[in-house]
Formats: sequence, structure tokens, C-alpha cells
Amino acid sequence: MAEYIIETPKGKWEVICGLEIHCQIISKSKIFSGASTEFGDDVNENVSFVDAGMPGMLPTLNMECVHQAIKTGLGLNAIINKYSEFSRKNYFYADLPQGYQITQFQYPIVGEGFIDIDLEDGSSKRIRIERMHIEQDAGKSIHDLDPHKSFIDLNRAGVGLMEIVTKPDFRSPEEAGAFLRKLRSIVRYLGTCDGNMDEGAMRCDVNVSVRPYGSDELRTRCEMKNVNSVKFVMQAIEAETRRHIETYESGGEICQETRQFDPLTSSTKAMRKKEFAQDYRYFPEPDLPPLVLDDAFINKIKEEMIELPDAKKSRFINKLGLTSYDAMVICENKEVADFFEKAAEGHDAKKIANWLMGDFFAMLNRKNLTIADSPVSAENLGKLVELISKDVISGKIAKDVFEIMADTSEDPEKIVEERGLKQVTDTSAIESIIDTVLTANPDNVASYKAGKGNLIGWFVGQVMKQSQGKANPGLVNKLLKEKLDQ
Amino acid sequence: MTDLTDLTVCSALKKLKAKEISPVELTNAYIEKATTGQKYNAYVYIDEKQALEKARESENHYLNGTNRALEGIPLGIKDLFCTKGMQTTACSRILGKFTPPYESTVTQNLLNSGALFLGKLNMDEFAMGGSNETSCFGTVVNPWSKAIPLVAGGSSGGSAAAVAAKMCAAATGTDTGGSIREPSAFCGVTGIKPTYGRCSRYGIIAFASSLDQAGPICKDVADCALLLNNMAGYDAKDSTSSKKEVPDFCSFIGQDIKGLKVGIPNEYRSDGLNTEVAKYWDTAAEMLKSAGADIVNISLPHTKYALPAYYVIAPAEASSNLARYDGVRYGVRVDGNGLDELYINTRTAGFGKEVKRRILIGTYVLSAGYYDAYYLKAQKVRRLIKNDFDEAFKQCDIILTPTSPIEPFAIGDKKMAENPINMYLNDIFTVSVNLAGLPAMSLPIGLSSNGLPLGMQLIGRAFDEGTIFKTAYQLEQCAKFVRM
Repeated sequence: MAEYIIETPKGKWEVICGLEIHCQIISKSKIFSGASTEFGDDVNENVSFVDAGMPGMLPTLNMECVHQAIKTGLGLNAIINKYSEFSRKNYFYADLPQGYQITQFQYPIVGEGFIDIDLEDGSSKRIRIERMHIEQDAGKSIHDLDPHKSFIDLNRAGVGLMEIVTKPDFRSPEEAGAFLRKLRSIVRYLGTCDGNMDEGAMRCDVNVSVRPYGSDELRTRCEMKNVNSVKFVMQAIEAETRRHIETYESGGEICQETRQFDPLTSSTKAMRKKEFAQDYRYFPEPDLPPLVLDDAFINKIKEEMIELPDAKKSRFINKLGLTSYDAMVICENKEVADFFEKAAEGHDAKKIANWLMGDFFAMLNRKNLTIADSPVSAENLGKLVELISKDVISGKIAKDVFEIMADTSEDPEKIVEERGLKQVTDTSAIESIIDTVLTANPDNVASYKAGKGNLIGWFVGQVMKQSQGKANPGLVNKLLKEKLDQ
Repeated sequence: MTDLTDLTVCSALKKLKAKEISPVELTNAYIEKATTGQKYNAYVYIDEKQALEKARESENHYLNGTNRALEGIPLGIKDLFCTKGMQTTACSRILGKFTPPYESTVTQNLLNSGALFLGKLNMDEFAMGGSNETSCFGTVVNPWSKAIPLVAGGSSGGSAAAVAAKMCAAATGTDTGGSIREPSAFCGVTGIKPTYGRCSRYGIIAFASSLDQAGPICKDVADCALLLNNMAGYDAKDSTSSKKEVPDFCSFIGQDIKGLKVGIPNEYRSDGLNTEVAKYWDTAAEMLKSAGADIVNISLPHTKYALPAYYVIAPAEASSNLARYDGVRYGVRVDGNGLDELYINTRTAGFGKEVKRRILIGTYVLSAGYYDAYYLKAQKVRRLIKNDFDEAFKQCDIILTPTSPIEPFAIGDKKMAENPINMYLNDIFTVSVNLAGLPAMSLPIGLSSNGLPLGMQLIGRAFDEGTIFKTAYQLEQCAKFVRM
């Protein structure tokens, strides 16, 4: 892709960026307790004695979360570590009941991997994954309900998280954005995280540093915590890059610190300096034995793996003849890809893709519906395209049929049949309409014959109008020419 | 009429089954002792009403023949065990009058076996201490005290004193570095710390998770076997509890020890060893020899590093385990201006001096820059200690050592008070066992010239409590220690 170089009157710069993404694991119960993980239940309803850090309570590992983590690791093309350990990250906060977070430190469950991202110019780039570990989420502190008190909701405390750490491979905001969309697509395909950044199910920490273009030095980086949308991540990188360059060019120094991105001003502000950084005093969690996995366990999950967006995309390109762009758009969302595949079964896949990405998506947008609630089923979309291919209806009539389908959910064959929308392909029937039109418009016939060849379009329109749009336009054209050129 | 509180659990059960005595009579007898024994300060909470209700239920079980293994046996429970509806404080101000809405697995197992609880027993605050002087409820007085009040040992001082003074038929204890064995030795009773993982830690207030184990403190060896039978077992709620089958420990009582190899570790003949204790150690070895065992000298070369390693690992885990006592959700809260002040005020007021010291040590050894030099080094030492025992157990089947290098000392002893290291040195024979996760028992061997009880320790292979029980029983038969 085009390189992202920031040019100032003083020189050229490039950005070095890495991401840390927290993904909430989809599981029925929390990672170290039996409490429910239901989102949106009443405050402090899904809290067990373990989650509340009651005296004498012990964590037990929820193997469903381990299963989900391995699945995700496989989706990241990563090494699954058969030996991993839990550690305690110690810090005090009111919504951290135990006074420590159970996480993985030295020995994470997932090792190095990668994700290939697709860029706007059609190129792709490999982003390396450093590691992924599992840990528990904290609760929520609510500070704005009372001027003097804070409230704590522990529903989220203990929900399983996967923390994915990338290598510092991003060189532009676009790459980071493409990565997050791809990652979200993968975890949604796998059903291991719902990927909703606005609900906090996926949260992103962004590390940024800059260097003179062409150099290989690594300068001081700053981290922006909890940026909560793809757009904001991209904006945060842009803003922070700008700040670093301005600081260096005015002779200043960047100090390592944690910063916060403010979407309203599109700028970042310091949260805490490195010297005030917490010492988390990590040490192995004595309440949980090391997690030792055997090949059988991992292989079983491998067998459960479904086709992921990249594989699906190349299959759609190679087997179904889709363009790279169409395949990428369709494969980003599994429901869309599944819908497409179902609709395309036995029909012209390229035409299905055109309909899907054109009228179909427009209709969903207009009706504000998700694909799961589409009034037009995949089978019916397939049938509609088939009706066009077999010249039963024209493309123009098809658009009307589609609107009826969108309103009634009816079968297009039934609509065409009942409303008599079948294309007229009977030569004699069309010829008789042509004769009527020619007889009624002798002046235009004369003009045509005198050399106004473009009047053919007008004649076609008249014939189509008289046939109420049902005449096959190709046939009309052909027969008209024959008659007029006699 | 004989004093019912003289009966061991095993003999009381025989009489209960024969309907010679009733659970209510037995319970009343212990309640009376608990009341007259208040001067020992062994109980921090007594629930007579509930105990008698349970005793009446047990009476019905005997009448209709549905009596269970410990039906109607009145126990005292160390205040570290969470007991549903019964105040549980770890003898710390910070828990206030905390009353758990749940039951620890070990106490639940005992309840399921028909035992009843008289109340909660005094202990060092959060089990941190070797003299029971750190309890927020005050020091336990050793029932063997003569002119001046002596310590009962710790941290399970209340448990050992209550059993010695017959204020309960038996008690639960916990042992992180000797907290069952040292007070058992000081109070002339018998206590076993089983293998790490034998008893579930669920519902036991954590001190140092990788070292903590529950066990019984009883009048004799056979009672310990019976109690442990009804405490141990795998628990899905504790991931460190063992799935190994629990044998019937009672079946080892009376088994002979002919040809059993008893190891005597050279390194335990240290400078601080009291000469009378050393003499009794030789006597105990002779007794086992006369019972048919072979005495072999063994070496545990890394012994001298055990104590420093223990006093790094235990405080490290404790500093993290005690972080939850922050005044936010339960227990005592001392408000302040903002969250940090609330923490500082609550923990300053809530924790005692020794607990604060250990939190500071633990926080320090885990800090960036010190972790490798202290915590990591201590973990390496821990592995070496374990290797020492593995090697030793190639040459012997069981190890005999004194439990404590000294006899019970005076409450407020100057030497102990002026330097905590002096207090920590009392754990010198017990901490290695916790670091290695092994089972070990303390049983009384005789009285010092001051008329105070001294204890011997038997250390077994992991999950081989059976050999400890059969050896301890033989030693008990030879020693003929006379209980209070």
C-alpha cells in the first residue's frame, strides 16, 4: 500500500504502533466462578462469593473459557501452549474485589501468531501477534450518581477476557483499523467474542511512537488506554503521531506515559507518568495449578474449527469467481457470507453478489434490519436471480419484484406468476405490438429511415410501454431493427 | 461418675453407640468445661444453643440408628474456618463480626459426619504467629501454665488449649508453617498437618495459599485418624485439592512397625535445641527401635535455608491474600477522604502489628527489582528442600524430629517480643514440611523438668499419612504421656 509518511517542513516521519486488545470471552459463566455472564442484568445480580472476594473463597478455572481461548488462538494462526500458568496482578481498586487480578504473565496460553489484513488499495499485510492470554475482568465503578459516593457493580467482575498483544507492526492508522475489523470478524466467526466495542466487549489499548522516516531506531512510546471504537483508534494514532512529531520538532522530549484519547477534541492527554506507574508485583497464582493441555484436547478443538474469513474469501474468489473486493465485503460478516452462499447455491454467484451488495443491503439499511431479520430469504434471492438469468423476467421487472419480496417476503416465482410479470418472449406477440407502434407513428418511422438512427431507443420505449414492461427488451430491439431496416 | 470430657472421641463414640451416654450429656459436659475454662481464653465465640440443638438431633440419629461417623461429637473450630451463620473473624479486627453465608468444605464434611460445633477458637491474627499473642481477642493461656502464664503456641493456640483443657472433644486447626504442630506440642496434645491437597482449603481464610492445610488437633493419635477421615477428600471448589483416594486412616492404628526405617536428620541438631528436647528425641528414637523400627541417620542439607525461604514465600502470598480486606464490601470500614484514604484508614485500624509486618515483607519481596533476589530465590530453595526430602525418603520411611526446639515460654516473653526473628526461629523444625507439602504430626513425648509438655514430630512421604499414624500410635503406646 501507499506508505503513510508524515511530511513537515522539517522532515519526514513514520509511526510505529502496536495494539493490545481485550476481548470478553463468550461463555455462560465467569472464568473463575459459576456466576452468569449475562449482559445487562440488574446491578450486582451476577456476583458469586468468589467474584466478591469473600474470605476463604477460591477460584476454579472454567474450561469453557479455555476452550474459547484455544479456538481464538487457532483463529490467529497461533501456537497453542500446552503449558500455561496463572499469575496475580496486584493492585488496589474498589471494583477489584480480591485486590488482585488473576491473569497470565510469564506463560500465556497462546503464543505467536498472525493476521493478514486487507487494505483499501487491494494489497494485504501480515500483522504478527506476540501472544494472547486469558484473565478476569474487573467490576465497574460508577462515580456520577452521587456527589460524595461511588457505586460498585460487580456483574462484570470475573468475566473472562482474552488479551491479544500484537507486535509493533502498524505503520498507519488505516492498518490498525483494518486489523481491528479483521480481528472482530474472526472472533465473531468463531463465536468467542461478540466484538462490540461500544459495549466494551472489545477494548483496545494503543501504543504509539514515531521515528524519522527511513531510520530503524525505536523511540519512547505512549499508551492510550481503552479506546472504544475502530474510528477512535485510528484518530488516536493520528493525534498521538502528530503530538510526537510536533514535540520532537520543537526540540522537546516524549516521556513514557499512559494517555487518554478524547474523541471530542481528537487529542490525547496525559493520565499518569511512568514514574507513577503501578508495580503490579506479579507472582504465580497459588490457588490454581498450571494449566496443562494435551494434544487430544487441542485436536478436538482443531476439528471444530470452521472456515474463517480469509479461507472463505479465497474460495469465493477462486471457486465462485467473485472479485477480491466483493469477496472481502461479503466475508467480513459470517451471517452475510452464509446468506450469500445459500443464495448462490446453483445460481450465478457473481450476479447474487451484485444483488446482495446493491439492492439487498440498500433494502436492509432502509428498513434498518440485520441480515438475520431480512424479509427476503437467501433461497428467494437465488430464485429471483435465476428468473433473470432464464429470461423469465427482465432486470427492470426484477427490481419491482424485489421490492414486493421485501414487503411481503413472498417467493419471486409466485409474485411473477400471480401478477403476470413474465417476460413476453413470443416473437409474434411482440411483432404485433411493434406493428401497432409503427403504424401509429409514421412520422418517426420516416425520420428514422431518413437517418435519425437514435430514434430506435424511442421505439423500444414505446413497445416496452405497450407491453407493460414485460416484453423481452433484447428481442424488441432485434425485431424493431429488422422491421425498420426492411 | 467419670468426667465425660476425659473420653477420647473414639471411646465417647463407643459409649454413645451403646447408649451409655447421650450427645446432649456429652455436649453439656464440654460446655461446662468451656465456661469454667474461660481463663484460658481459648474460645472467641461460643454458641451453646445451637450446639445443644445439634446434640438433640444427634440423639435422634442414635435412637433411630442413622448415626454417622462423628455423630454428636462436640468440636471446637479454629476461627479461620468459615462457618455458616457463625461469626468468623480470623481473630482480626478488620473482619469485625463477619458472619459467613457459607460453610468451609472441611467443616461441612465434619457436619455431614454428625459432628457439632461448640464455637470458634482463638488463634493468631490471620494465623500469623507462633504464640497466639497476635489475636485481637488476646492471648491464649496454656492450660499447663504453672506460676506464670505461658503461651499455648500458635497459630492454632485456641484449638490446642481447648483440647488440652477438655473444652472440646477435638478441634480443627490449620498449619502454614507449624500452626497445628507447635501448639499441639506446647499443650501436650496430638495434631496432624496432612499432605498439601488432602483437605480442601475452600472456605478457610487464606494466609499463604501454597502452604495452608487444615488438620485435626485431638487428645490422641487414634482420634486424629478418625477426625482426618472425616475432614479430607477431593473438592472441586479447591483446584489444589488432591483427587488421590483417602484411605481409612483408622486402619493404621495398631499396625506394627517392624522393619520400618525411621530417619533422624543430622541438620536438626542445631544450636538452639533445648537439651531436654534433644534428650527426648533420643528417647523417642529408642522407643521406636524397641517397637521394631530401624533408626537411620539421614541428611536434609538445605534445612538452614528453609526458615528464610518460608519467611519470604508465606508473607508474599499473604500480602496478596489480605488485599481483599479493604473496607469496601465487608468487615470494618474506617472512612476517609477518597478511596486511598479509606484503604489506609481501614487497614491501619484493622490489622495488627505482626500482620502489617508480614504484609510489608511480602509486598517488598514481590516488588520490581527485588522479586528475583527474594521471591524467586526462595522458590528455588523450596525446590531444593523438596529434593532433600525426596532423597531422604529413599533411605527411610518416616522422619523423626522434635516439633519445637524449646518448651512453652511465658506470655510477653522479652526475647520473643524484642525481635520477631526469635519468634520465627521456633518454627525451624516445622516450616520445611510445609514448603515440601508433606504430612507431619506432633504428639506429646513427655514433660520437661519444669513439668511442661514436649512434642515429637513425625514426617511422612506425600499422601502417606498412614505410616505416620501407625508409627505415632506405637510411639504413643511407649511414651505413655499422661494428658491433663
